[in-house]
Amino acid sequence: MTHSTTSISNINRRHFLGGGLFVAMSFATPALSQSSAASKLGKTNDPKDVDAYFAIHADGRVTLYSGKVDLGTGSRAAMRQIAAEELGVPTSRIDLIEGDTALTPDQGPTSGSNGIAKGGMQIRQAAATARDALVKLAAQKLNLPAADLDVVDGTVRPLAGGKGVSFAEVLGDRRFDVKLDAKAPLRKPETYKIVGHAHKRPDVPAKVTGTHVFMHDFEVAGMWHGRTIYPPSVGASLVSVDEASIKHIPGVKIVRVKDYLGVAAANEWDAILASRALKAVWKDGPTLPRHEAMKEWILSSPQVGDEVIEKRGDYQAGAAEGARKLKSTFYWPLQSHASLGPSCAIADVKTDGATIWCSSQSTHKYTSSFAKMLSLPQDKVRLIYIDGSGCYGMNGHEDAAADATVMSRELGLPVRVQWMREDEHGWDPKGAPQLIAQEASMTADGKITAWKTEMWVPKGTEKLPNIPLLAPESAGLPQVPGLSPGGISGGGLPAYEIPNMEVQVHWLKASPLRPSHLRAPGKIGNLLAVETFMDELALEAGKDPVAMRVELLKDKRGVEVLKRTAEAFGWDARVKPRKDGKGRGIAYTKYKNAETYVGMAMEVDVNVDTGAIAVKRVVCVHDCGQIINPDSVRSQVEGCIIQTLSRTLLEEVKLDGKRVTSVDWASYPILTFPLVPELKIELIDRPNEPPMGAGEAATAPVSAALANAIFDATGVRMRSVPFTPQRLKAALLESKTSTG
Amino acid sequence: MAKYQFTVNGVQRTAELRDPDEPMLYVFRNALGLKGVKYGCGLGQCGACTVLMDGEAVRSCQIPASAAVEKKFTTIEGLGTPEKPHAVQAAFIEEQAAQCGYCANGMVMTSAALLAHTPHPNVNDVKQALADNLCRCGTHDRIVKAVMNVAGGR
Repeated sequence: MTHSTTSISNINRRHFLGGGLFVAMSFATPALSQSSAASKLGKTNDPKDVDAYFAIHADGRVTLYSGKVDLGTGSRAAMRQIAAEELGVPTSRIDLIEGDTALTPDQGPTSGSNGIAKGGMQIRQAAATARDALVKLAAQKLNLPAADLDVVDGTVRPLAGGKGVSFAEVLGDRRFDVKLDAKAPLRKPETYKIVGHAHKRPDVPAKVTGTHVFMHDFEVAGMWHGRTIYPPSVGASLVSVDEASIKHIPGVKIVRVKDYLGVAAANEWDAILASRALKAVWKDGPTLPRHEAMKEWILSSPQVGDEVIEKRGDYQAGAAEGARKLKSTFYWPLQSHASLGPSCAIADVKTDGATIWCSSQSTHKYTSSFAKMLSLPQDKVRLIYIDGSGCYGMNGHEDAAADATVMSRELGLPVRVQWMREDEHGWDPKGAPQLIAQEASMTADGKITAWKTEMWVPKGTEKLPNIPLLAPESAGLPQVPGLSPGGISGGGLPAYEIPNMEVQVHWLKASPLRPSHLRAPGKIGNLLAVETFMDELALEAGKDPVAMRVELLKDKRGVEVLKRTAEAFGWDARVKPRKDGKGRGIAYTKYKNAETYVGMAMEVDVNVDTGAIAVKRVVCVHDCGQIINPDSVRSQVEGCIIQTLSRTLLEEVKLDGKRVTSVDWASYPILTFPLVPELKIELIDRPNEPPMGAGEAATAPVSAALANAIFDATGVRMRSVPFTPQRLKAALLESKTSTG
Repeated sequence: MAKYQFTVNGVQRTAELRDPDEPMLYVFRNALGLKGVKYGCGLGQCGACTVLMDGEAVRSCQIPASAAVEKKFTTIEGLGTPEKPHAVQAAFIEEQAAQCGYCANGMVMTSAALLAHTPHPNVNDVKQALADNLCRCGTHDRIVKAVMNVAGGR
């Protein structure tokens, strides 16, 4: 059984909950509103209620309702582990339902690497409250004090031994009716038997045997297949459509709403053929910057204010104190989420409500967007999460859902939209570009006296409910306008003891393309700037890069991570670059300046004739506090490293002034197997510390460690991403010329 | 509409299609209900739609139905099941070699084809065989380990 089918059939099987009302919630009757589904379940979704998270069934099984979803991260295993440990049942007895707005509590979007750290801890506290309630109820049944009882294997038993009562006997198919208690006592980490162990993920067997139901594979009775025809330029308006141009394809309907253009057919291939054949005349939108000219665009772009995000000591005085000056400027390009499977969704819009199946990280949050778009009350719109292709931030999942919604509304039937490859690469909201300038001052004896960082990045619109979607924009349907590039100014504070510091953001009014959060938004570029600058400062001071960092780092966990990284890598200290084509670099982060600690060391070979960069080996030491599932953490760290190497070495969205031109894997290449280095990952488990995220932290030091390794190999600083062979070759030639 | 016959996973199957150029990707997924094969690019660039045709790993998005008549196909559903996985699938499960899992079809099918021809590849052989299969999550290291486990490791 796949995970998805398990949970779907599970919903249908679990007919009776609270008052024994029948749950008419099959996927064949989709247009059930959020409120009616909840009321028929007798189920609350209020995150303050234990019943929002847990249901105990008469057969002893437990359903866990999670507002956070598993995007391929392994949280499907980890959430069960957290709940199982705290409740006292085996993971195998827990069914998990994720991200269905009618059934799960709103725990916020699954983003920012906070699934476990926030959502998981909420579930842990709910489980502890549930256990407390079960024990108290069992105490009455057993006529024993609650303090003399414990839960083992789903049964409340006397600590002294003797007969206990099962969860099912205590509460089977009835509600808890208790509020989540933030002070409900938690099990002690030293007693953990499930948390901290590498449980296998329940979805992997189905995923590798082709039986896992992805969003792309899901069907609703009577659905049609839709494709959106995106215009030849961003922001174009639709002048005319030549309906006769698809006359040769029978049974296709054209959906035209203002500037929105789509086709739909009962047969998917017919819809694709029609989308390719349909002729339309468009009027171009406003001119966009070209990707080659993005830095200039950023510097000449209107600003909407400055923000000082860190002020320490007196920068001017510090700068006056240090006679040796260093400056550097970094550029991070527009990048695509570049999901392997183009986004897909199904919408079934009826006059009194809508059901939308999609792979959104933020189903709860996006109900407001879809309700507004359809002029429906929010409780009449239900979003149901189904696994999609990995998104790493907001890719096209929500846009595909909006496309399907517009078409379903017009056609009066359920519509499935799957984006084509060029749609995903061309139209997913993009990771925003960044420009970062730094200055530092150092005394003659190598003491850093002042550090200044300036960032030029697009400003997020305050209180923007959601990132605006393409279909309502083109169809003229209501939505709240604005920009949201994610926390793009984050993680850019040097982690080191520097007495005088100023970090300032120049907020740009616009972004060249609609921005969204792309894994660790801003943090990789910001850390590239900080951690390569630290290398430059170490060189200037005549110190080894590891020694310099350790000297200036006061955080004990940070120091341990750095030292262990150097040791695991076999770091050979030196104060000057080798410049013989082989190099090694190091970088460190306390993610977002507040979370997971990561040390990363990298070894590269550079072909100084061609500029080709081969990453040979990456060592990562990772401390995210308490580890729930070490294998899933490891898997996330691997993904962070490999994906960020790809972003750093290869990825830049190309624009020709009208539209994105990098619309396939040839024009927007990603890292392939032969280029994947040897990985060595050490996880530090701290069971008594709070868990922190593992989905993003290890991305942050990748570019910096690589840039530092390239410098060691060549004596050349790479300051613009991607680090293409052409760029490195040009920089090598320039350095030869300048040094004679 | 015309009828097209193929052998799929050892069974004779018939698809009724309007367009003889409909790629087998869509024939498998829609006409034959075999959804393990995935659309990734439709351009033969990513490998998500890989199936075996007469024992060779091919991109089903690049094969029109008319060119597939009387061919013998194996899709991932024909390779193994969660209960009785093929050796490659068992190794992927053991190594937990999937994150989102969207590319897994192509990874498993390409690896199975490699091992059918070359039972004892080295690491570079595996990386080269998978060079045109893309994974966005960064599961590469585990995939290579899984294949090497089947290959007897070297």
